[in-house]
Amino acid sequence: MNDHIDLNRLRDPSFIAAVEAQSGQNVSTCYQCGNCTAGCPAGFAYDMPVSQIMRGVQLGLRDSVLHSRSIWMCLSCSTCSQRCPNNIDVAAVMETLRHMARKAGYVTVPKMEKFWLSFLNTVRLFGRSHEIGTMALYMMRSLRVFTDVDLAPTAIAKGKLGLLPHIPPGGAKPVARIFQRYKERARREGVRP
Amino acid sequence: MNVAYYPGCSAKGSSKDYEISTQAVCRALNITLEEIPGWNCCGSTPAHAVDTELSAALCARNLDIAASQGAKLLLTPCPSCLSNLRAASQRMEKPEFRQRVNELLDTPAAETFPEVLSVMQGIAMQLDKENLALRVKKTLKGLRLAAYYGCLMSRPADRMRFEDPENPQLMEDLLTACGAEMVDFPLKTACCGAAFGIPERAMTARNSGRILELAARLDVDAVITACPLCQMNLDLRQTQAGRALNTRFHMPVVYFTQMLGLALGLPRKQLGLNKLAVSADKLLGKLDDPRLADAEGGQQS
Ligand code: SF4
Ligand code: SF4
Repeated sequence: MNDHIDLNRLRDPSFIAAVEAQSGQNVSTCYQCGNCTAGCPAGFAYDMPVSQIMRGVQLGLRDSVLHSRSIWMCLSCSTCSQRCPNNIDVAAVMETLRHMARKAGYVTVPKMEKFWLSFLNTVRLFGRSHEIGTMALYMMRSLRVFTDVDLAPTAIAKGKLGLLPHIPPGGAKPVARIFQRYKERARREGVRP
Repeated sequence: MNVAYYPGCSAKGSSKDYEISTQAVCRALNITLEEIPGWNCCGSTPAHAVDTELSAALCARNLDIAASQGAKLLLTPCPSCLSNLRAASQRMEKPEFRQRVNELLDTPAAETFPEVLSVMQGIAMQLDKENLALRVKKTLKGLRLAAYYGCLMSRPADRMRFEDPENPQLMEDLLTACGAEMVDFPLKTACCGAAFGIPERAMTARNSGRILELAARLDVDAVITACPLCQMNLDLRQTQAGRALNTRFHMPVVYFTQMLGLALGLPRKQLGLNKLAVSADKLLGKLDDPRLADAEGGQQS
């Protein structure tokens, strides 16, 4: 079964400690019951089921885990956390792993990151997110022709696609400054912002 | 009851109908929503997916403005905003985390923030189901509905503190008080596919499809939601969801505030029902059917 867990790969014993510290979760208590995997609505798009990710963390298989597709396809729905008999917030572990992967510059599913950064760019520019702006930036970044053209006529007819962004009264500057400081700090700390 | 109010970005775009029906219902129930001046996006999923401190800083700015206005309670209609605002409050209790977030803000955030709850909880605080039943002008009797909460409203449990994390009942309580028949809906807190509709459509289509399929099988008149993203995935993306399952759905997906507004007898124009992609006309026709109105007795319309 565990095709993805190759014990000959590099093992990093400090990995579990780092994941536990950052996520605040006691990953070592996982006994592989598989409840998290059984209820995971994104599992069909994973390369490693979420319970195997947990096992990988325990074994210190840093590279396999941080390069997995799964940590990018996770929906953050917390079904796994709810059903874990050991009270591990599994979704928090998945999120921690995604953060660690990004900071290390591993982006296995680039389109997900492109989508997030497109969204956040509209927030930085306008103070509030903007649906059309997000789509336009995402199309540019991913060189993808917009896949949702079929929705546009209905969305526009129903007045649900705001063509112009909504900028808060008082302007978007205070929000832009949050992003600016965030970026500067990431650069100082040598991680991917 | 006066409360601070955080509409969230979708209120200005894809969920205008949720916003106007929320405003109409709260007005009718004497809940005064005071919009946080100059509020900004909470960062939604992309911010926390990228960085927890960035997400918290975006939220903390809003919580700080609300605190500086003296707010004790902050309501938001959107479960994603609710989750992010509550997560930020919770994490800011840790001094090191607070310090890191404050570094990103113009000025350090207030020491205490208002409690953040969903509009649904705010309505339930304002009046219990007995009192809500007394306010019903147009019974929902004859309608068979499925309450769908989505995954964020009640999970993670220790953050959201929203009833049973896999079997909440609040929406059922409110709508039962209005006369509706609520079916047992096992997928009520399943994930609809969230914000993956753009980058990974198959994920959203499959997950939303399963929810719609069950609702259709249970023969309900509508799925009732409380989340702008769920509503968009189930309603605007309903054709995509149908295609993923080789079928076609015709399932109205209505906000709980729109249903409450109907029951309270508010003018339909104030409820944004014309903005639904899948028409709710059949359901409205049922409500207007005099045979149903007679049957329950005691309610004038
Ligand atoms: S949070 Fe992620 S890993 Fe957990 S059940 Fe949801 S999609 Fe799966
Ligand atoms: S549910 Fe908990 S104990 Fe079971 S496999 Fe998943 S993480 Fe491990």
